[in-house]
Amino acid sequence: MSPRSMSPHRLTFALQLLVTLVVAAFLLVPAGASILAGFTANYFRGLSSGLTLDWVKEVLKLYSDTIGFSIALALGTLAVTLVLGVPAAWALVRRPGRMARLVEEVVTLPVAIPGLALALALIIAYGGFREFRMSPLFILVGHVLYTLPFMLRSVMAVLAAVDVRTLEEGAASLGASPLQRFFHVVVPNAKGGILAGALMVVTLSIGEFNLTWMLHTPLTKTLPVGLADSYASMRLEIASAYTLVFFVMIVPLLVAIQMFGLERPLKTRAQTPTKANRGPPLIAGEQP
Amino acid sequence: MTSADRLARLFLLPLFLFVAAFFVLPLVRLVAVAGGGPNGAMEYLAILTNPRHLQTLISTLLLSAAVTFATLAIGTVVALFLARNSFPGRALLVSLLTLPLAFPGVVVGFMIILLAGRQGLLGNATQALGLGKWVFAYSMGGLFAGYVYFSLPRVLVTLMAAVDKLDPNLEEAARSLGASRLHVMRDVTLPGIAPALIASGAIAFATAVGAFGTAFTLATRIDVLAMTIYTEFTLNANFATASALSLALGLITWGVLALTRSLSGSGVAAAG
Repeated sequence: MSPRSMSPHRLTFALQLLVTLVVAAFLLVPAGASILAGFTANYFRGLSSGLTLDWVKEVLKLYSDTIGFSIALALGTLAVTLVLGVPAAWALVRRPGRMARLVEEVVTLPVAIPGLALALALIIAYGGFREFRMSPLFILVGHVLYTLPFMLRSVMAVLAAVDVRTLEEGAASLGASPLQRFFHVVVPNAKGGILAGALMVVTLSIGEFNLTWMLHTPLTKTLPVGLADSYASMRLEIASAYTLVFFVMIVPLLVAIQMFGLERPLKTRAQTPTKANRGPPLIAGEQP
Repeated sequence: MTSADRLARLFLLPLFLFVAAFFVLPLVRLVAVAGGGPNGAMEYLAILTNPRHLQTLISTLLLSAAVTFATLAIGTVVALFLARNSFPGRALLVSLLTLPLAFPGVVVGFMIILLAGRQGLLGNATQALGLGKWVFAYSMGGLFAGYVYFSLPRVLVTLMAAVDKLDPNLEEAARSLGASRLHVMRDVTLPGIAPALIASGAIAFATAVGAFGTAFTLATRIDVLAMTIYTEFTLNANFATASALSLALGLITWGVLALTRSLSGSGVAAAG
């Protein structure tokens, strides 16, 4: 027990410990079982049937196109959110006010609306444009819509915290043009926010299902779409091995986000709180 | 206007165009299509006037409320425990517990199938214990478990941060003044983390109402709003109803989040 806690009441302590252990088991045992099943020759007969890499190989054979497509899509989404988001974040931070608030509010709205509804709206508006509907660009638009707020807010939070306006004034007095100031003062100072935002965008894009399921075509299947497919039609070992591949892709990204999440609040919270300074665990707004 | 102002406008333009073309316009179309069906503008109220949809709405809201309540109750116990006890491996446990944060709904559905499906761990364990086989993955119970699964990590992150910021002196003062453990909990600790409870509760509720992937993986026969919209749109090609229900769904989730944010101030919206 840490010294700051009240003198331990044994029963309360035991109950709390029990609940915590049950929660940990609830969250982690299925994930562990899934990982194990991906390596087990026959899950229903158990580990005694032996360990194998065959299922993973089978997944790579059957679904490697979805894995490649998801990675390409995530990188494309990242590129677009960087181009749209970083300059806009600077523009919104340098003139805080009602207008900036309104823009931020509208851009952030897609996070508060279920992906299913967003996808339906996109299909109704653009489903008739066949070329666009069938191309990977259609899914890209959905992913950008959904991830852009995370990039925007992440960069805005950092820019508001480092007081980029003062730095810019310094550069301006030395004769730097606005564009030079953006690339040589603003972007380097926003590096932390850009990196954190980029991690979020890539993680969310790789895991996105609700929008993607509605927007995908047989030629534009992402990893989560393939997962849903395998859960419905493949044997449990293959579904597990496929989930394992997904974990291998997503867990390093999550760990990186956690490392950022732990250090960022300390840095930003010390500053005067601003509207943009809503701080990290933005990921909490993600929709499963 | 300075040259920097001009650059700022130029920088905002692509964002404006993107949001106008791919968010505002589609939403306007959604509203138009919802009201352009055979029932006209009455379709907007289909969620309330059609008994089947109303029933679905009620069960979705009840399920989400139950998930929110359960997640907050469990989350508070675990957050208090983890924030106030130090033991070896604590940091690892905390980060493991928050990992499922970004599992998509389909993967969460699969986790529940492994846990409580036909060949699930729970069923095998209860069978071995002679209690019969527990299989509830493909029902409302499975959906409940799935939604708790993806809400818990989010709630935990927010609550642990809130508990960390509580001033332990307040609780000690209350104790030294003779308050019982239960009273301290009720009068000091819970009010202290109330803003975090409200904020993370709102997020848990909104995500549960709008969640689709988990229901999609577990069963197509469970009637929750997201599944109804999906079937109306893809199987019945009933675009007006699907659009009207989507609007209702979006209004509910956005409304819950906006309401809690305005109630508790922008500070707590940090979690959203």
